Amino acid sequence: MSQAFDEMNGFGGGVREPYRAVAEWLGAQRIEDLKQKRTEAEALFRRTGITFAVYGDGQAAERLIPFDILPRIISASEWRRLAAGIEQRVKALNAFMHDIYHRQEILRAGRIPAELVVQNSAFVPEMIGVDPPLRIYSHIIGIDIVRTGPNDFYVLEDNTRTPSGVSYMLENRETMMHMFPDLFAKNRVAPIENYPDNLLLTLESVAAKNLDRDPTIALLTPGIYNSAYFEHSFLADQMGIELVEGHDLVVLDGALFMKTTQGLRQVDVLYRRIDDDFLDPLVFEPNSLLGVPGLFDVYRAGKVTIVNAPGAGIADDKAIYSYIPEIVKFYTGAPPILNNVPTRNCRDPNDLAYVLDNLKDLVVKEVHGSGGYGMLVGPAASAAEIEAFRAKLKANPANYIAQPTLALSTCPTLVDSGVAPRHLDLRPFVLVGDRIRLVPGGLTRVALRDGSLVVNSSQGGGTKDTWILQD
Amino acid sequence: MLGRTANDLFWLSRYLERAENMARLIEVGYRIALLPREGEGYNEEWRSTLQSAGCEEGYLERHETLNTSDVINYLLFSADNSSSIRSCIATARRNARAQRTAITREMWTSLNSAWLDMEAINPRDITSDRLPGLLDWIKERSAAYRGALLNTILRNDTYYFSQLGTFVERADNTARILDVKYYVLLPSYEMIGSSVDNLQWASILRSVSAHRSYRWVYKDSYKPWNIADYLILNAEMPRSLKSCYLELDEAVRGLQRTYGQTEDCVPAVKETVAMLDEGEIDTIFQSGLHEFLIDFIARNNRVGQQISDAYHFNG
Repeated sequence: MSQAFDEMNGFGGGVREPYRAVAEWLGAQRIEDLKQKRTEAEALFRRTGITFAVYGDGQAAERLIPFDILPRIISASEWRRLAAGIEQRVKALNAFMHDIYHRQEILRAGRIPAELVVQNSAFVPEMIGVDPPLRIYSHIIGIDIVRTGPNDFYVLEDNTRTPSGVSYMLENRETMMHMFPDLFAKNRVAPIENYPDNLLLTLESVAAKNLDRDPTIALLTPGIYNSAYFEHSFLADQMGIELVEGHDLVVLDGALFMKTTQGLRQVDVLYRRIDDDFLDPLVFEPNSLLGVPGLFDVYRAGKVTIVNAPGAGIADDKAIYSYIPEIVKFYTGAPPILNNVPTRNCRDPNDLAYVLDNLKDLVVKEVHGSGGYGMLVGPAASAAEIEAFRAKLKANPANYIAQPTLALSTCPTLVDSGVAPRHLDLRPFVLVGDRIRLVPGGLTRVALRDGSLVVNSSQGGGTKDTWILQD
Repeated sequence: MLGRTANDLFWLSRYLERAENMARLIEVGYRIALLPREGEGYNEEWRSTLQSAGCEEGYLERHETLNTSDVINYLLFSADNSSSIRSCIATARRNARAQRTAITREMWTSLNSAWLDMEAINPRDITSDRLPGLLDWIKERSAAYRGALLNTILRNDTYYFSQLGTFVERADNTARILDVKYYVLLPSYEMIGSSVDNLQWASILRSVSAHRSYRWVYKDSYKPWNIADYLILNAEMPRSLKSCYLELDEAVRGLQRTYGQTEDCVPAVKETVAMLDEGEIDTIFQSGLHEFLIDFIARNNRVGQQISDAYHFNG
């Protein structure tokens, strides 16, 4: 793997323009002071309860996501291009979903193998013929973007189901402004604080059109033991909407209600943060206690809007991913502004053979995996790990895709030994409603271990504040 | 507001109030345990502390004898005891976490900090010299949370349900403290005239942080009927049954205004306020202090249940 592009220093040869003020400031800091600041930041997160649960972690349930105090900076012009690419992409993804749940033109045109869609476990046949308001399926999308050079950005994943992390984007900024007000005086950082307002506007805009009152919106959480619970309560609080659990809701006379102190109150838009499988035990997972029996029928009748729509996961399925450039072209008529990472589907015998021959150079992922679980990073794996993975891959090739190991860009990060480059990615959060809303920012995740390319919080990744500079 | 939210807010307040009361009870019990043992009554002092805290049965299931360190540990830290201070704070914090959207940031941070610090305490480190400091700290944390609540929360249903929890719990606590000790206030009490009763009377007042203010209000030495009057009927004493019911009356009428509905709990609270208004301490003693307190505790429970039913605490 070649030397990685550094966000601050490029490929060497001096500090890049967006980082000028920060580099100057950083040069004047003592490492002990920075570490002290980091400790203060952690105490702040802990007191505020900005914690997450790690699956399978048992009792020691609440952990902090490590926060790095050195910001990640993107210039205004770089952001403009990213924003254009993101908008194009989310339009195409929503058009794709409307199509495959209706006339399936793209399948008829042979641009995607039909079985890849209709036999996909992320495809929800119950959604066929359902018409969500404004034809939007994925209202809230977190697009994972990585960078390998000054102008080389790739989309790694489109999270179209229930992307999380936006609360960290907002709280990281709060923490930075609290701790380093001077830095904000020296840099023109675009504000992101209107994200919750934008989210609320988006949710309101997709309520059923014929309502004779202001829509009632609620956020459905699995409860306080869910790993993203902090985010659920944070967003509900910021928007001033009720945070409900499945047992707070009931379906009656073809409508959805929440149980309030004054009796039942109808809910018009449900921002759900539980998976499709758990939404409605009558239609999906029958043993689920998290959802609401009868919810799907209410949805299908247009009496409640579910955000994101059931079945939206088909658009971020890893087996569909390699067809996204086709999808963008098919629905927008233009070539994609943001590139995909070249991807091999192991269900294809030729691709499989190539992958098996080159495991030590590739990243191999499960088609339905997430959170960085169940993946192989070839260059970082031992011979034994590679052989173990080879066996799994051969046993069920269709379950895997493979990508070249990208030299993800790095950014100066505070580590035990001082300030050192660490690999990172970027997840901007885009909102799709009556229009597309994108706050200039995102969640930067950073792999804190030296040389590691896995940025997931469940795998020891941390986060940084992300600055989009204004012209 | 969700019924579940109202329920969580109500119990959040109840558990914090309980933790604070528990701190006072331990303080008083410990004070007495330190005194040289004279009469028979002293060995049983921890029993009455456990009774006042409603923890006697649970304690005796797990321990054979009433010794100071076991009782203190059970009341302060035991995970087996849902009313131990640590359990109360953990439950309150769990409710707060479930209702982050209903409470203010100041309330949350105050409670979360208390919880973090409480969890970090190793019970073995709490030697007798550190116990008073810890109990003071617990009262301070409770006061800090109440302060954050009173200073930052909107005067709407969130506030009223929090107040209801606080004062239903406080009324229950004061009534229990009195009921466990009612016999020392009765004229027939056999140790009367000894130094014991003075100490016992003082300890009742200390359990509700009222031993100093008593002097200011009654301008007299400790007299059983004054003490009972103070804790039951005095509207100025913030932990008296009367005070609690005046606060509850405010809160249920607040909900009545907010929701534009009169629920059963409104007349029920009003009736208890009237009963306390008209009450004379002599009459209460004549018709039986114990009977009065038992009846009051039952009434108070009924009010709690009526609130829960009226506002759909359980959906």
